[in-house]
Amino acid sequence: MDESGTLVASPPRSAKLQVEGLSAYYGSKQVIQDLSIDFDDKSVTAIIGPSGCGKSTFIRCLNRIHETVPRARATGRVLLDGEDVYTIDPVRVRRRVGMVFQKPNPFPTMSIYGNVASGLRLNGVRKPALVQERVIRSLKQAAMWDEVKEHLDAPGVSLSGGQQQRLCIARALAVEPEVLLMDEPCSALDPIATSKIEDLIFDLKRDYAVIIVTHNMQQAARVADKTAFLYLGKLIEYGDTKEIFERPKVKLTESYITGRFG
Amino acid sequence: MKFDRDTRRKLFSHVVSVACLLCVGIAIIPLGSILYESVLKGIVVINWSFFTENQPLPCNPQFQSGCQFGGIFNSIEGTLLLIGISAAIALPLGILGGIYLSEFGRHRFGDSLRFFADVLTGVPSIVVGIVVFSLFFLLAQQGLIPTNYTLSVLSAGVALSFIMIPIVARTCEEALALVPNSTREAALALGVPKWKAVTSIVLSTGRSAVMTGALLAIARATGETAPLIILDAGSQFSFQPSAGLHQPTSSLPFSIYNWVQSAYPNWIADAWGATLVLVVLMLGISVAARLALRNKYGEGGVV
Amino acid sequence: MSHGPTVAGVTPPPHRRRTHPGDLIFRGLSGGSAVSVLAIFVLSIILLFEASRDSLSRWGLPFLWGQVWNPNATPLSPIVFGALPAILGTLETSFLAMLIGVPLSIGIAIFLTELSPGWLRGPFSFVIELLAAIPSVVFGIWGALFLVPYMGTQVDPSLAATIGRVPLLGAPFAPSPVGYTGDGSLTAGIILAIMVIPTISSVSREAFKAVPNDLREAALSLGATRWETTRLAVFPYAKRGVLGAITLGLGRAVGETIAVVLVIGNSYTIAKSLYAPAVSIASWIANTFGESSGLEREGLLELGLVLLGISLIINVVARLILRRSVFTEGMGT
Repeated sequence: MDESGTLVASPPRSAKLQVEGLSAYYGSKQVIQDLSIDFDDKSVTAIIGPSGCGKSTFIRCLNRIHETVPRARATGRVLLDGEDVYTIDPVRVRRRVGMVFQKPNPFPTMSIYGNVASGLRLNGVRKPALVQERVIRSLKQAAMWDEVKEHLDAPGVSLSGGQQQRLCIARALAVEPEVLLMDEPCSALDPIATSKIEDLIFDLKRDYAVIIVTHNMQQAARVADKTAFLYLGKLIEYGDTKEIFERPKVKLTESYITGRFG
Repeated sequence: MKFDRDTRRKLFSHVVSVACLLCVGIAIIPLGSILYESVLKGIVVINWSFFTENQPLPCNPQFQSGCQFGGIFNSIEGTLLLIGISAAIALPLGILGGIYLSEFGRHRFGDSLRFFADVLTGVPSIVVGIVVFSLFFLLAQQGLIPTNYTLSVLSAGVALSFIMIPIVARTCEEALALVPNSTREAALALGVPKWKAVTSIVLSTGRSAVMTGALLAIARATGETAPLIILDAGSQFSFQPSAGLHQPTSSLPFSIYNWVQSAYPNWIADAWGATLVLVVLMLGISVAARLALRNKYGEGGVV
Repeated sequence: MSHGPTVAGVTPPPHRRRTHPGDLIFRGLSGGSAVSVLAIFVLSIILLFEASRDSLSRWGLPFLWGQVWNPNATPLSPIVFGALPAILGTLETSFLAMLIGVPLSIGIAIFLTELSPGWLRGPFSFVIELLAAIPSVVFGIWGALFLVPYMGTQVDPSLAATIGRVPLLGAPFAPSPVGYTGDGSLTAGIILAIMVIPTISSVSREAFKAVPNDLREAALSLGATRWETTRLAVFPYAKRGVLGAITLGLGRAVGETIAVVLVIGNSYTIAKSLYAPAVSIASWIANTFGESSGLEREGLLELGLVLLGISLIINVVARLILRRSVFTEGMGT
C-alpha cells in the first residue's frame, strides 16, 4: 500500500510544480497572499480549507485560467519542470496542466466520443485513427470505457452526473497533460459516484501529478499523499497527509481539522 | 357597511380585469382584420402564374380589355437579392460584433457599443435610407464609385444591412450570454486558444439561438420598405445578371407600396396578393423563430 | 523578478499577458465588427450634414419654423423650404398614437402578467407578438384600402357629430366643412397606436415580470385585491420600465414611414382638423424624395437630419431610462 510509503521517509522526489510567491487578485481584492509551495510528481496533493479561503482561485492560477476572468490577475512564479508558466503561452500551459471543474461541464452539443476527442481535434490532431486510439485510452483511464463503449454517439449530457464528471476527466486526459488539477470534483456528486472518482484519482497518480481541491477532509485523507491547508489566502500548513491529520503542527490547522470552524 | 366596502373593492378589481382584457381584445381586432382582409382579397389572384410571371402593365378593365394580373416573380427575385446582399454584409459583421460584445466586451467601451447598438435599432428606417443615399451620392461625387450605384439594388442592400447589423449583434450577444461560463472554461482548460474555443465550442453551443436571431433580423429586412422607396424604387423587369448590381429591382414590399397608390384595379389586386404572400412569409418566420427560442430557453425575449 | 511579501493595499504589476496571435487577430476582427455599429452611427450624422450642406447654410435655423415648402419659383412665390408643418404633423400623429396606444399597451401588459389565468397567457401574448411581425407596408395597405374608407364613411362623421359638438374640448374633432376623406392625422394616429402596442406592451411586461413576487404576496396577504396589488405593489416598482417602454414606443411612432404616408394625405400644411390631410417628416420624405432634385432634395435630407435628431433624443432617453433597471439587460429592438 502506498500508505506505508508515506510513513517511511520517502526518497526526495523531484517537484513537478513549484509555486513561488504567488498572489492573486480580483480587481483590487487580494485573494491569494504570497503563497509558495511545491507539488510532487506522480502523487496526489489535496488542498483543504474553509470555503472562501482561495483554494479554487489558487489552483486556477496554476493553469492560468484565473486570468480569463475579467479584472482578475496574478503575480509570482509557477514553475512547471523549472519553467515559469507565466512566461510561456497560456494555451500551451493548459495543454500540459489539465483541469476538472466543480460541476461536470461536458460540451452540450457533443457526443461522448466528441467530448473526449474535442481537445485533440481543436489542437489540430486530424488523424482519425490517432484520435480514436487516444479517446479509447482516455475513457479506459477514466474507468468508464465499459459503461459507454456501446453508445459513444450519445450526447455527453445524457450521462449521469458521476459519469459526466468522469467523462470530463477523460476529456482532460485525452490531451495528455502532465499535471491534473481537480477543483472539488465530487462536490456535485452522490456518495457512490464520489467513491468511483476517488478510486480513479488513486489510479491516476501512477502517471500524473494530481492536485485536488476539496472541502471534504475525509476525502483528502483518503486520496492524498500530501495535504496543504489554506486559510484566508495563505498557506498555513503543508505536509504528509497523515501528519497533517494526526499531528498538525499549527493550532489553526488542528482546530479546522477537528471541526471547530470551517 | 364594512361588507359593502369590500364588495365594492372586489367589484372594482373585476372591472379593471375586464377593462384590461378588453385592451387585449382591442389589440387583436386590427390583427384579425389585417389577416382577414389580406386572405380575402389576396387569395383571388394567387395561383401558380402569380409566382412565375413578372408584374403586369397597369390596366383598368373599364377602359381597356384583356387586363392581366401578371405576377410577383420579379418582386420575389428583387427581395431575394436584397436579402442576399444585406445578409452577406450584416451577418458576418453582426455575428462577429455580437461575439465581441459577449466574449470581450465586459468593460465600459463594450457598454457604450451596446448602448449605441440599441439606439441605432431605434433610428427610423427612412433615415437609414437617406443616409445610404448620401453615402453613395457623395462617394459618386468624389468619383470613387460610378453614379449609377446610388439608386440600385446594391445601395438598398447596404441600407438594409445597416438596419440588420445592430439587431444581429445584440441578439447574437444575448444568445452567447446564455452559454454557461463553465463551457468556456472547459474549452480553455484543454489548452485551446480563445478564438478556437469561441468559434468552435461557444458558438456551436449557442448556435440555434444565434441563427434564430439572424433569421428574425432577415425577416425584419424582408418587410422593410422605407429605404427601398429612396434607393431601389422598382423595376418592372427581371434582374439581368449581366447588368450587375447597379440596376434597380422591384421587391415585395416596394411593389405593394407602389401598387396601392395606383388607381389600377389589376395592380390593387396584385398588391393584396403580394401582401398575403408577405404576411404568410413573415408570420411563418416569426412563429418558427419564436418556437425555436421558446423550446430552448423557456420564453423568447426578443421584441 | 522579486517576490517579497506584498504590502496590503498596494497592488504589484500583474504578469505580462502574452496574447496568442490567433486571439489577437480574432479580437481585432470581432472588435472591428462591433465598432461598425458606432461607425454607422457617426457616419449617419456626418453624411446627412455633409449632403444637406447647401440647404443648411441657405436656410439656416428658420428652416425649423418655416411653413412653406415650395420647390418651384413663380413670380409670386420664391423657392423656400420650411419644416414646421412636417414637424408638427409628426408630433401630432405620435401624440395621438401615444394617447390611444399607451393605455391599451399597459392594460395588455397588466392583464398578461397580473390578471390573466395561466392558460390564456400563452395564446394572448403570442397574438400580440404576431402584431410585431407584421411589416409596416402591410399596415399601410390595410390602412389605405380598409381603414381610410372606413374612417371617412363611419368614424369621422360620427365623431364630428358627437365629440365634435362639445365646446372647447371637442374643437379638434369639429365637423369638417369639406367632408371626410378618411385620411389625415387621426387615421395616422390610430395606425401608429396599433403599431406601437407590441413594443410598449412587451417592454412593460418585462418590467412587470421583474417585480419580485414577494411584493405581490405581501400585498395579497394584507387583503388587497388583484387590482390593489397591482396598483400598490407592482406598479411603483415597474414605473421606470414602463416609462422606458413608452419612450421606446414614441421613438417608433415618430419614425414610422410607410403606414403613415399611405393614410395621412400628404398635404404640406398645418392641418386645422384631425380629419384634414396632413404630413409628417417621414411621410414627406417618402412621398417627395423620388421626384426631387437639387435644392429640394437637400431640403429633404435636412428634414431627415431633423428626424434623426428627434429620434436620437427619444431613443437615447429611452435607453438611459431602461439601462438603470436591471431587467432590460440585453433587450433588443
